[in-house]
This record gives sequence, structure tokens and C-alpha cells, in this order.
Amino acid sequence: MKVLVPVKRVIDYNVKARVKADQTGVDLANVKMSMNPFCEIAVEEAVRLKEKGAASEIVAVSVGPQQAQETLRTALAMGADRAILVQTDQDLEPLAIAKVLKAVIAEENPELVLMGKQAIDGDNNATGQMLAALLDWPQAAFASEVAIEGGKAKVTREVDGGLQTLSVDLPAVVTADLRLNEPRYASLPNIMKAKKKPLDVKELGSLGVDTAPRLKVVKVTEPPKRTAGVKVETAADLVSNLKTAGVL
Amino acid sequence: MAVLVVADHDNSTLKDNTHKTVTAALAISGDVDVLVAGSSTAAIAAEAAKIAGVRKVLTADSAELGQGLAEAFQDLVVCLMGNYDAVLTPATTQGKNFSPRVAAKLDVAQISDVIEVVDANTFVRPIYAGNALETVQSSDAKKVLTVRPTAFKAAAEGGSAKVESVSAPAAPAKSHFVDQKIVKSARPDLGAAKIVVSGGRAMGSAEEFQKVIEPLADKLGAAVGASRAAVDAGYAPNDYQVGQTGKVVAPELYIAIGISGAIQHLAGMKDSKIIVAINKDGDAPIFQVADFGLVADYKAAVPELMSALTAAGK
Repeated sequence: MKVLVPVKRVIDYNVKARVKADQTGVDLANVKMSMNPFCEIAVEEAVRLKEKGAASEIVAVSVGPQQAQETLRTALAMGADRAILVQTDQDLEPLAIAKVLKAVIAEENPELVLMGKQAIDGDNNATGQMLAALLDWPQAAFASEVAIEGGKAKVTREVDGGLQTLSVDLPAVVTADLRLNEPRYASLPNIMKAKKKPLDVKELGSLGVDTAPRLKVVKVTEPPKRTAGVKVETAADLVSNLKTAGVL
Repeated sequence: MAVLVVADHDNSTLKDNTHKTVTAALAISGDVDVLVAGSSTAAIAAEAAKIAGVRKVLTADSAELGQGLAEAFQDLVVCLMGNYDAVLTPATTQGKNFSPRVAAKLDVAQISDVIEVVDANTFVRPIYAGNALETVQSSDAKKVLTVRPTAFKAAAEGGSAKVESVSAPAAPAKSHFVDQKIVKSARPDLGAAKIVVSGGRAMGSAEEFQKVIEPLADKLGAAVGASRAAVDAGYAPNDYQVGQTGKVVAPELYIAIGISGAIQHLAGMKDSKIIVAINKDGDAPIFQVADFGLVADYKAAVPELMSALTAAGK
């Protein structure tokens, strides 16, 4: 079974995003960038499926700038077999990314697409579901457990108030939630090996996909700031303060 | 223009998220219909019909809708969108599950997690874990939005909309429900609770988490939350998780115990009215957003808080 894993290069998880003074966006100049944490979980799951013998080949795909090659190298170091970069400097919306991935899937014919549920920059939580709809594939979003058996994926998903298990026919799209696994750190020998693994670069234009933006960003602003309040000395002080504030 | 709101319910009761999403919808148009899709929807539809400002309630019943299958919801909503200019769904896990499929099928953008309706085409949504707010203007003919319920007031009761049933879509061929484990709890729902008590990694174990956090929550009639670190460590289940990657809450009172206040956690609770932090590290970032901070080891502070609450008649 071939597994396709889309990955995204985003601001590092531990860096606080700062809004640009001219309100055009978030300042990403000289900011540490990394693989989106949910994408890492998806790569890890694909590698585990390969280690269990359920997957035969893992193809990592990214749609983004030239620097996204670094993100793909990270996926290769974690255990992906080869990588494809669809190169563009445009900041694409989820619908456009889903269309680009659909075009890549038409060439690659994977049986499973495993991807993160959400990127921590746009926070849309939409691309995987959109891709499944465009392909008319079944989906299992927010997975916390994935098992492949007899041409189906049995997926336990995080739902409101608990867990749900679905069985979806392959090919399918599965999106990874936090508890699916804990991603490994790539070892130094694997990082070295990853440098020799194939990484194809395609120009976005060569795919013939409509990626025109549907949304115009009017402005990006800072949220209202909260200020630190007071320190209280004892639990009893705390309770009387809360009574005064009217929340008890 | 007419707007469709997809109701949030658990096949037995209508959730308040629906009322909040109706408020967002009414900011777009006066013609708001509510869709109740599930299994045995009659009683829920009757509840939805009482929401003030709702024009009509549509119901669709099937086993697959009751199971929340994204493919079934997609087929149903896409089919209804011939009559609507916008569809709004609460940004619950179920809303997030199917709404992007509807957008893709209609070939339009989804505007996720809307916190403000500026006008019928312009919306505000948080990005970068709430560290920035993005105002976007849509040029799509039809709008597909998910709405962050905590950002809107619940629409009042007092309406008397008519209820109409619509036919349910065919069962999805490639997606099958196996089973579901929903945790039954006497506590209020995390997303809707007036008070939330959350524990962090400082708890050290699942047993300690249950021993410390849960009795305090029960004393206050509060929901229980947890930081991602506590969830990652296995001290609390994932549906307790408050933060960027979990639930976003905005209760009247949020009590963070042994939580340092990572960016990702703050993203999930900084819109709470009053924030209380109990942490032994006085420099923990949680104190920068807390209205009331108590620098103390939770092991001593929580029992003291329990007694102080008892003394205060709680």
C-alpha cells in the first residue's frame, strides 16, 4: 500500500507569532520554521504502518516555497521514501491546496492519504476533508488510532465527548489528531540518508490547477491583550476576591 | 439572502452552540433556517423551533446522520444549498468534520472558526493559535462558515418556527460506523460550562489528577479541563484538552491548577471572564493573563481552597 503524506512548513510551534505593524499579516522574517506538528504525527503514523508491513511506500508532499524542501527532508529522515515539492511562493488557501493534492494523487495513486488535521498557522482544519470531498473518497478525520485490514482502514476518531470508530474503504483520507502517536526524532544517520533520497520539484503552474484566492485578507490585527491581575496570598483571599467579582 | 444553520445536538438534546450560531447567522441575514440532521430528530427540532428569529426548521433522519458520518452530512447540506446563500455550523468536532467537505463540493472557501460577522461578506477569525485576528472578505457566491460558539451570545427562546422534514441522503457506500464510546458525565459540557477547573502536568499522574481536580470541579459545579501537557502525559483524556489543538472555552471563571501557561493553552482559555492561576512557580506565564494568582503548591492550595469554599457556603 502506497501512503501519501502531505506536510506543511509553518512557524515553529514554540515561537509566538507577531502581527506586522502594517496589519498585512504575521511577521515570518527571521522566525524559526518547522514541520507542522500534526503533519509530523501523520508522517510518524505512516512510518509505523510501514514498519508493521501495512504500507509499502511513503511519499511526502509539500506545497510551498523552495524552503519547504527542508520540511520534506525532515519527513524523509523520519522514514518517508521519497518526496515531492509543488513549488510556489503564493500562500494558498485550503481549497487550492486540496486541488493541488488531488492533481498529485492522480499521478501517484496512493491508497491512503495520511495528513495532519490542522496547520498551526492558518488554523483552518479543512484541507484533508476538502481533499476527501474532491476525490469522493471516504474520510476519517481526527484519528487517534489507525489499523489497516483487508482493504479498509479502521480508524478511531476523537469526537465531542469521546471516541468513535469508523471503517472506511481504501482509498481514503485520514487526518491525524494529537493522540495518534508521539513522533520520533530523526537520528543523525537517518538525516544523512535522507539527503540522498529522491525529492522531485514541480512548478505549481505545471499542474494546471486553479489556485486563485477566494478570500481577500482585509487586515490582520493583534487580539485584545489581557493584563496580569493581582496575586493573592491565601486560598481564603482568593475565594473572597471571586465572590466580589461575582463569579462564585 | 437566506442562511442555513446546522444544529449541534447529540440525538437527544439540542446544544446551546446552535443558539450561538443562530446569533452569528442573524448578523448576516434575517432569513435563518435551522437544519436538525440526525436520528430521531423530532424533539430536537421542536427545541430549535423555539429559538427566536428562526424562520423554519428542517429535519432529516437517518442512521448515518445519527452517527455523524461526514459523507452523509455533506450530501444533505450540499443538496439543500440550492436554497441558501450561506451555511453556518458550530465549530465543534462534528462541524469541523463535515463542513469543509460541503465547501469543497460547492467549490468555495471555508471560513473557519468565525468570531465576528462584520457584514455578509466579511468575517473575523483567529489564526496562529489566536495570536492574530484575520479579517477576510469572501468573493464566493455561497459562504461556508464554521462559527466559534464562545464568541457569540446565545439567541433567545421565544420563537415558533414551523418544522419541515426533508429527505435524508442515501447511506454512504464507503464509510461505515463501527462503534462509539461517549463518556457519560454528570458534569457540565466543557464548551458550555460557566466554571472550568483545569489541571496541568504538575499533577504528575492520572490518579492525582482525579484526586485533585475532579473534587474541586464537582464542588463548584464546574467542567474539567486539562492542558495539552497533561493530556500528552496521559493524566487526562483528550476531550478534556483546552487549547489551540483542543477545545476553546470562555467560561465566567477558569481555574488553572499546575498549568504553566504555554502559548497553545492560553489560546484556548484567554477569553474567559475571570482567570485564576494556582502554580508554585511565580514566574509561570499563566500569571501574565490571570486576574487572580496564587503562588503556591497545589498540594496545599487546593485543599485550602476546598475548605475556604466550604466556609463560604459552597
